Amino acid sequence: MAKSLQRFANPARFMALSGAVLPWAAAATALTLSVGLYLALVASPPDYQQGETVRMMYVHVPSAWLASAGYASMALACAVGLIWRHPLAFASAKAMAPLGAAFTFLALVTGSLWGKPMWGAYWVWDARLTSVLVLFFIYLGYIALWEVIEDFGRAARATSVFCLAGAVNLPVIRFSVDWWNTLHQPASVARLDGPAIHSSILTPLLVMALGFTLLLLVLTLFRTRTEIMERRAASLEMQQAQAGMTVRAQNG
Amino acid sequence: MSAFWSLVMRDIKLAGRLGGGPFVGLGFFIIVVTMVPFGVGADLPLLSRIGPGVLWVAVLLATLLSLDRLFQADFEDGSLDLFLMSPLPVEMQVLAKCLAHWITNTVPLIIAMPAVAFLVNLETGILGPLLVSLLVGTPSLSLIGALGAALTVGVRRGGLVLSLIVLPLYVPALIFGAAAGSGDLMGTPMLFLGAFSLASLALAPFAAAAALRISVS
Amino acid sequence: MAEYFAMGGYADFVWPAYGITALVTLGLIVWSVRAHRAVKARIATLEANNGTARP
Repeated sequence: MAKSLQRFANPARFMALSGAVLPWAAAATALTLSVGLYLALVASPPDYQQGETVRMMYVHVPSAWLASAGYASMALACAVGLIWRHPLAFASAKAMAPLGAAFTFLALVTGSLWGKPMWGAYWVWDARLTSVLVLFFIYLGYIALWEVIEDFGRAARATSVFCLAGAVNLPVIRFSVDWWNTLHQPASVARLDGPAIHSSILTPLLVMALGFTLLLLVLTLFRTRTEIMERRAASLEMQQAQAGMTVRAQNG
Repeated sequence: MSAFWSLVMRDIKLAGRLGGGPFVGLGFFIIVVTMVPFGVGADLPLLSRIGPGVLWVAVLLATLLSLDRLFQADFEDGSLDLFLMSPLPVEMQVLAKCLAHWITNTVPLIIAMPAVAFLVNLETGILGPLLVSLLVGTPSLSLIGALGAALTVGVRRGGLVLSLIVLPLYVPALIFGAAAGSGDLMGTPMLFLGAFSLASLALAPFAAAAALRISVS
Repeated sequence: MAEYFAMGGYADFVWPAYGITALVTLGLIVWSVRAHRAVKARIATLEANNGTARP
C-alpha cells in the first residue's frame, strides 16, 4: 500500500496530476454549491417547527462537519508524514489548516446566529460549543507553530506532533452531545439507524455538504500546490545566495 | 532509577538558584488572585461562588509562565543534546523534569492556598475538595506543558506560542478541576480529573520526548 | 418578494449567516489565488536570475 501511495507522493507527479484534476473539480464544486444554494434558499420548504430558521442549518451543519473532518484529515496527513517522512503529507496538512479554521469559525458564527432564535442565546457554554471553540484554538495554535519555527523540517514535524495531540478533542466534539445533557441537539444524521430528518430537508443539507466538501478539497489541493512552489522558491533563493557567496569569495 | 532521581534533584536545585525559586511564581499567583476582586467587584458571596474557578485559573496561569524555562536553559548550554544521548530513556527524563517542575512550581502554590483562599472569601468546607482537586489535576498541567515546551524550545517568541498551544489542551483539566474543587470529593468531575491526569501521565512523556528529538535534531 | 426576504421574521439571522459564509468562502478563494500568483511570480524572477551570475 505504501508503495502505491508513493507513486502519487512524488511532488512532480503530484503537480501534474493536481493540475489536470483541479479545473474539473473546481467546476464540479461551483455547480454543486449553486444547486445547493438554490435548494437551500429557494426550493426547500420551511420547517414546521423552526420555520425559516431551518435554512441556517444548510450552512451551519456542513461547516461544522468540515471543521471536524478537516482536522481529522490533517491529523491523518500528519501521522503519514511522521511515519513515512514524506514532505507532501506535511504540505497538505499545512495547506488545509487555515481552511479548517475558517470552517470552524463559520460553524461557531452561524451556530450562534441560529442559537439566538432557537434557544434565545447567542452563546452557551455547553459541551458541544465549548469543544468546537477549543478546536478553533487548536487550529490557531497549529498555524502559529508553523509561523514561528523557521526550519521547514522542524516545523513540519513539530506541528504534526501537536496536531495529533489535539486530535483527542475530536471524539469529545462528536460524542459530547450524547455524553452530556447539552442544549445543542443530539446527532440526527450520522446515526446507526439512519438519519432522522425528512428528505425535503435532508437533500439540501447533503448537497450543501457535498459542495462545501468539494470546496475544501479543491482549495486544499490548490494550496498544497502553492506550498510545493514555495519550497521550490526557497531552495532557488538558497542556491542563489550560495552562488553569490562563492562568486564573492572567488573575487576576493 | 538513581539516574532518574538525580535528574529530579538537579532540576529542583537549579530551580532554586535561578529566577528566585518558588517565590516569583508564588508572587504572580497571589497578584493574579488579588486582581479578580478589583475586576469583578468586592461582592463577597459572588467571590466565594467563583472562588474555586478563580484559584484554578491563577494556578494554571502561574504554571504556564514557568513552562518555557523547562527545557530552555538546558537547550542553551547544550545539556539537552547530552540528555538525548544518555542511557536513561528520554521519556523518563521528561517525567523527571515534570516532577521537578511540579514540586518547585505548583506545590508551593498548593501549600500557600489556605492563606490565599480568604482573598476570594472561599467557604471553609470548600478548601478540602479544592486542595484535593489541585493535587490530582495539576500534574497534568506540568505534563502537557512539557509537550508544549518541548515543541517550542529555542523558538523566537516561543513563550507566546507556547501559551497558545498549551491552553486548549489544558481546558479539560480546568473544567473538571474547577468543578471538582467546588463539589464533593468522589464526584464525577474529580474522577474525570483523575482520569485526565493519568492519561496525560501515560501519553505526554512519549509525545514530549518525540518533540524534544524533533526540536534538537 | 419582500415576504421572501423577511424569512418569516428571521431575516436578521438567516441573511447574515449566509452573508458571512459567502464572505469567508470568497475570502479564502481570493487569498489562496493571490498567494499562488505571488509565489509564481517569485519563482519566475528567481529562474530569470539564475542564468546571470550575480555578485
